[in-house]
Amino acid sequence: MSPPNSLTGPSIELRALDELWFQVAGTVCNLTCHHCFISCSPQNHSFEFLAYDEVDAALQESVRHGVREYYFTGGEPFLNKDLRRMLKRTLEFGPATVLTNGTVFKPEWLSELYDAEQTSPFSLEFRVSIDGPSADINDPVRGEGTFVKAMNGVRLLCDAGFLPIITMTQTWDDSENLRILEDFRTVLRKQGCDRPRLKILPRLKIGAEVNRTEGYQDTERITDDMMQDFDRDQLLCHHSRIVTSKGVYVCPILIESPDARLGDTLDDVLQPFAMQHGACYTCYQYGAICTNTTLRPGESQVSS
Amino acid sequence: MKLALFGGLYSNYLALEAAIQDAHARNVDAIYCLGDLGAFGPHPDRVFPLLHEHNVACVQGNYDDSIGNELNDCQCGYTDPRDNHFAQISYDYTLANTSVANRSWLRTLPKEIRLNVDGLRVLLCHGSPRKTNEFLWESTTSTAFLERLCQKHNADIVVGTHSGIHWERVLSEGRRYINVGVLGRPENDGQTCVWSTILKTGTDADDSATVCAGQTPVSVDFVPINYDYQRLAAEMREESLPEEFVDTVLNGWWTTCLEILPSRERRAGRY
Repeated sequence: MSPPNSLTGPSIELRALDELWFQVAGTVCNLTCHHCFISCSPQNHSFEFLAYDEVDAALQESVRHGVREYYFTGGEPFLNKDLRRMLKRTLEFGPATVLTNGTVFKPEWLSELYDAEQTSPFSLEFRVSIDGPSADINDPVRGEGTFVKAMNGVRLLCDAGFLPIITMTQTWDDSENLRILEDFRTVLRKQGCDRPRLKILPRLKIGAEVNRTEGYQDTERITDDMMQDFDRDQLLCHHSRIVTSKGVYVCPILIESPDARLGDTLDDVLQPFAMQHGACYTCYQYGAICTNTTLRPGESQVSS
Repeated sequence: MKLALFGGLYSNYLALEAAIQDAHARNVDAIYCLGDLGAFGPHPDRVFPLLHEHNVACVQGNYDDSIGNELNDCQCGYTDPRDNHFAQISYDYTLANTSVANRSWLRTLPKEIRLNVDGLRVLLCHGSPRKTNEFLWESTTSTAFLERLCQKHNADIVVGTHSGIHWERVLSEGRRYINVGVLGRPENDGQTCVWSTILKTGTDADDSATVCAGQTPVSVDFVPINYDYQRLAAEMREESLPEEFVDTVLNGWWTTCLEILPSRERRAGRY
């Protein structure tokens, strides 16, 4: 396949397939968050659940590509009844991370997964989306009662032996970040989570968020000049792809954009991608926001 | 061949002295340091004469690149405000107390060292062969990924440091990834010792060795290095370094820069 037209946005090559994502619950979610960048809801079936065999096939294919770690997202991944089986299988290949809203799992499921992690050389991480340290901040965005439910999920994870990462989509001013982080640490400690891990994420102005606030301006795009001397590892599309029910896409954020569908198998999706979307601009500004750890620009490179 | 390999000195010249003595006692053929000479500890200039005197060849770590080139920070990539606060205290102290000559020398260090050891291609790097500040943790690094690194970088054995906790994995055809741990601070396990590594190949390998690349026996010993940690702690206090750092030296638990730890490694610690 030929590289994309540079007029549509700077082209970024896939350096290596380090992370493989699974859109394991499609766009189906028990919640209908007003800022969801792919507008997930109980009724949104534009992407369907992945089957166990589809995940297993991709895991086996991923070995040849030297994939380092695996991420499971949705929708709400735990709505997929095969998720636990998929995760146990994944832990035979490498580390796994689940992005969950924390409102649907049961203690016995977590106990089962904890046991699976203990017999694996690899870690099982949970990232729970809670958009602020109080119901007053979280519930207007994620729905009435979701703060209490999600915090209960965090407690269940901690009780099971995990140390979840709490991710907050920022709906407040930058100047509030330190206070929000400290407030959330206090709240989590009161819940018995004595080692809080917190990560603030930027809003992505696509999907439902367009209706809640606004979309991207035409000027909010990555330009060729901006890519000069830029550490491309900051961009997820430089080292990741996502398997969905409709094929393999460039990243978890852009699955509703037709140009983001790159092929049917991992072998099909190694070509460069034209970063022409407003959401690409957010990734550029904030770094690989979807991964567990975010490295800042300017780090020393040995080789590509 | 028998090689002593260590990294992450973090200005802990007392542990460096002990590790070099241990290496000589084992009659190693050569000693290599995988970078990050400064940070965390007191009197950063004190590690340099030891390295020169004992012919320790060094790889440049991200800290060395930063100090050598007087960058704004250590390039560890922390995003948590508390981690950045302590990292900056450490960095500012180290930069201010590293001589011009030593900073100049840090700039000359290579990003990697390639060795032919009994016919094996051994690649010494700091973080990973592709990126100096890439963290390779045992729990978040698949075997397939390590196989790719060895293949892409034409190595039978890849040796790194940077993450601060030693581990290794045997790959296909006996190839290996080895993380030598660090000499600069304990491993977040409640012990005060730090760690060095002895790589033994060919006729120097142990009976338990595995054959690497179809030709050469290889065995690896991770060696706990005991040193005068109470003296180090006292000197850190004299230099007004954070009590959080001193606590780690005295008790063996990491108190700062915890955000980068994957859950499994974090759970193994106290904080």
